[in-house]
Amino acid sequence: MIVASVGNVLVWAVWVVAAFACLGSAVAVVSFSNPFFSALALIGNLGSLAVLYLLLSSEFVAAAQVLVYAGAVMVMFLFVIAYVGPRTESPWTGGPSWQAIGSVLAAGALLVEIVVVIGLKAGGALAHSHDVGGAFGTPSYIGRLFLTDHLLAFEITSIVLLVAAIGGVILGAHSRTATDEVPPL
Amino acid sequence: MGPNTAWYLGVAGFLFGVGTLGVLIRRNPLIVLLSLEIMLNGANLALIAFARHLNNGDGQIFALTVMAVAASEVVVGLGLIVALNRKRVPLDVDRLSSLRG
Repeated sequence: MIVASVGNVLVWAVWVVAAFACLGSAVAVVSFSNPFFSALALIGNLGSLAVLYLLLSSEFVAAAQVLVYAGAVMVMFLFVIAYVGPRTESPWTGGPSWQAIGSVLAAGALLVEIVVVIGLKAGGALAHSHDVGGAFGTPSYIGRLFLTDHLLAFEITSIVLLVAAIGGVILGAHSRTATDEVPPL
Repeated sequence: MGPNTAWYLGVAGFLFGVGTLGVLIRRNPLIVLLSLEIMLNGANLALIAFARHLNNGDGQIFALTVMAVAASEVVVGLGLIVALNRKRVPLDVDRLSSLRG
């Protein structure tokens, strides 16, 4: 019993640290004026989300999150930010505009809506979750699901990635003949 | 054992709200893309929390598919930003208001 409660407290402690790191770094991404710092804050956000995924016994998704997002996608982001050059822009200065007020109102309304819906459901349906076995979330479990029940999603994902790679090459390619003929926007 | 699903959904909802705020309020397209990633991650956290809640792996499959689509979206978005930067277009989504071939 004591061991169980110690484990419980430990899970809660890890959850609180990861959740607040996640929320704080999300606010930091939106608030930093330098996009480089925003991208670094997003890496922290993705890492703490991976901890939350581990607490939800989704080990493969947590590993994929760190490898795909915090590894590959964020390296691409940082490369493009370095290529474009630092353009700082302070979101919270210059007085309140109608745009900023409307944005805060819209985001706040969305947040209140989500919290109300969760609060209405939390008492009954969300309190007790099913017990999961030890195989839940392991790579073999995910792989079996991908190759049996969700084979179409797997194949469509591969085609989407291929098309995105082709699109990235076309968008990023230098057209050496017609560079100067294109009028500036 | 630990926080129940409602706590995870609260975090997911907050992430989605903060991401929405970033998309609406920021003018740098790079930070708009970063805020979109936050929104997608909020949705992913909700999917995985429900997968754990219902003991059903379909939510994890959906989350992995969302990750792949997000990676594709980042490739195309960053390609557009690089193309805009090469044409000396100001990187400000409020000023990118006209389409001209």
